[in-house]
Amino acid sequence: MILDRNATVLVHGITGKQATFWTEQMRAYGTNVIGGVNPKRAGEHHLELPVYGSATEAMADRASGTAIDASVFFVPANGARAAVDDALTAGVELLVVLTEFIPVHDTMAMARSAREAGARIIGPNTAGIVTPGECFVGFMPAFNPAVFTPGSVGVVSRSGSLGTLVSLELTRNGIGQSAFIGVGGDPVSGTSSAEAVQALVDHDATEAIVLLGEIGGVKEEQAAEIVATSTKPVVAYLAGAHAPPGKKMGHAGAIVSGNTGTYASKRKALQEAGAVVVDAPWQVPAAVAETTTAAS
Amino acid sequence: MLLEYEGKHLLESAGIAIPDHKVAQTVDEVERFATELGGPVAVKAQVPAGGRGKAGGVVIAATVSEAIRAANDMLGSMLGEHRVDAVLVEQAVDIAEEWYLAATIDPATGEPILMESDRGGVEVEALTDDMRITRFDPADRPSPDANPQSTNPQSTKPQSTKPRSADLESSEAQRAAITNAVIDVFVHYEALLVEINPLVLTRSGHVVALDAKVELDESANHRRPDGEHWPNRSAGTEREKAAAELGLRLIELGGDIAILANGAGLTMATVDAVAHCGGRPANFLEIGGDAYTKAIPALELVLSLPGIRSLVVNFCGAFARCDVMTSGVIEAWKALTPSIPIHFAISGTGADEARQQVRNELGLEPYPTMEDAVRAAVNADDETANDARSKQ
Repeated sequence: MILDRNATVLVHGITGKQATFWTEQMRAYGTNVIGGVNPKRAGEHHLELPVYGSATEAMADRASGTAIDASVFFVPANGARAAVDDALTAGVELLVVLTEFIPVHDTMAMARSAREAGARIIGPNTAGIVTPGECFVGFMPAFNPAVFTPGSVGVVSRSGSLGTLVSLELTRNGIGQSAFIGVGGDPVSGTSSAEAVQALVDHDATEAIVLLGEIGGVKEEQAAEIVATSTKPVVAYLAGAHAPPGKKMGHAGAIVSGNTGTYASKRKALQEAGAVVVDAPWQVPAAVAETTTAAS
Repeated sequence: MLLEYEGKHLLESAGIAIPDHKVAQTVDEVERFATELGGPVAVKAQVPAGGRGKAGGVVIAATVSEAIRAANDMLGSMLGEHRVDAVLVEQAVDIAEEWYLAATIDPATGEPILMESDRGGVEVEALTDDMRITRFDPADRPSPDANPQSTNPQSTKPQSTKPRSADLESSEAQRAAITNAVIDVFVHYEALLVEINPLVLTRSGHVVALDAKVELDESANHRRPDGEHWPNRSAGTEREKAAAELGLRLIELGGDIAILANGAGLTMATVDAVAHCGGRPANFLEIGGDAYTKAIPALELVLSLPGIRSLVVNFCGAFARCDVMTSGVIEAWKALTPSIPIHFAISGTGADEARQQVRNELGLEPYPTMEDAVRAAVNADDETANDARSKQ
């Protein structure tokens, strides 16, 4: 789930307004976008890229060249499941689903299909993934040098806005990033925070890991199990310490119900696993600097 | 979450037996229904929240006058943060056994699971050791077309199970049929939770759902059959409901430092940061995405919170651009001319333009970081308020 500039990317819903803007941004940054999908505009060109009727068509067109490494979805919630099925049928192995408000039962079905196909979904409701200096997929401000700069800290976040702020705080303090993985704010996700942390543990260019979690669900508790075995230092910030129980805090997945999803449980699990848990986002850079100094 | 009687109607439409009942909005109706039902009845407050029993929202009334007394206590009163506008008057049942049954989504795997226990009628947290959890595949269920169901209880008759017929099936068979029906409801209505606690075996051998806790996925409202029968009953204060009507996500927190930020994660972090710096956050209000166009009503809502003494605006542009969001807030600020100080932290995409807008339009200097803005908002007193005003 960490791409480089050689990775080929297909943009589903490429002709839409947001997709057009972000496809231009992705290409300007270095992402190798090879085309897009819109069944109603098949055969046309958009941004001088071919528009296909389906991912299968796109894959067939690529048969002589390289395959499609990733699909990114700028499609409305009611079309997401069909678009994801299309990409899975075509054999795409990494699917970045940006769409918010996809019905949870659709997400469960998509996740099941992806598992059966041996593919990975990132999201839904994610701002995407960034490999600073290489490429980005989604709508993170990778191109803003005040936010992202190449370095050795991997960031995992359930939130695009908080992920942006913390990346910016790292950059402001002279700490660059090796990768950003947005796992998304929905209660059911194709890729868990634990899997994203594991990917960073296995990523050679990553020396330290920042985990940005929030209340609700068990993503942070699961991630703690990976943190416990990690050879790389982990700094975590968890949003929602002062959220009232039973309230959905903006993200569909950010809700404390009963004893599940509490701030206290997540903080304890991560601390016991050896992560440094800070109280405010602006404390992340100093904590990272400290842990990496201690490690080396 | 649906009200109990709405959830029960869903269960009933899938063939699950529920006790005879009526929904009453007045004490007179309670008297009439209790008389009609005869014998002991349960009077149950209809609010979208769990733990009603503990809170005094469920009373077993042996006589009609006891039912009237319970209704008098409940109707119009507050149960937690919900006003009781209706009570369920339900035939009391003679309980032989109580069980737990639910279909929901496992937060660890994101897969649908069935939860069953031979104990019931207690909080689910107390059942951990007795719970049998099995995964199921919704794709194995018959399609909705093959099994048409309406959520309108008037138009449907109980199917499959025949719990009230004279030739009763065994309790095991009834229970198995109910388990299947719960999965059907979960799948067809795209629920997040369908819980029966307790599912009871009566002394006369009927298996009956005594309670129903059904939570539907709001993102699927538009395609659910008869979706309009299941209103989005997001609990909350009048302001929170007004915000929801506008498509804004507001949560009141009771403090005196108002907060506007973009994105769920950043807004939550801003709330926490205010508390971390010794302040009392007044609200959660996310104004990212398209919500910047609603800056005026958003600001109005926030300013209407009681006892607000300062405002922090924390924007970090990613997908949403800071300059676009900030111009909305500036327009709203000028239109409403509030008398409290405002503190901007602006970073990310479009930040330079946005900072310049704040300088040009409001004569204020945005704070260099989120920490600075939050600390200033928390430490704002009349003096800083005056400073902020004098610059304009």
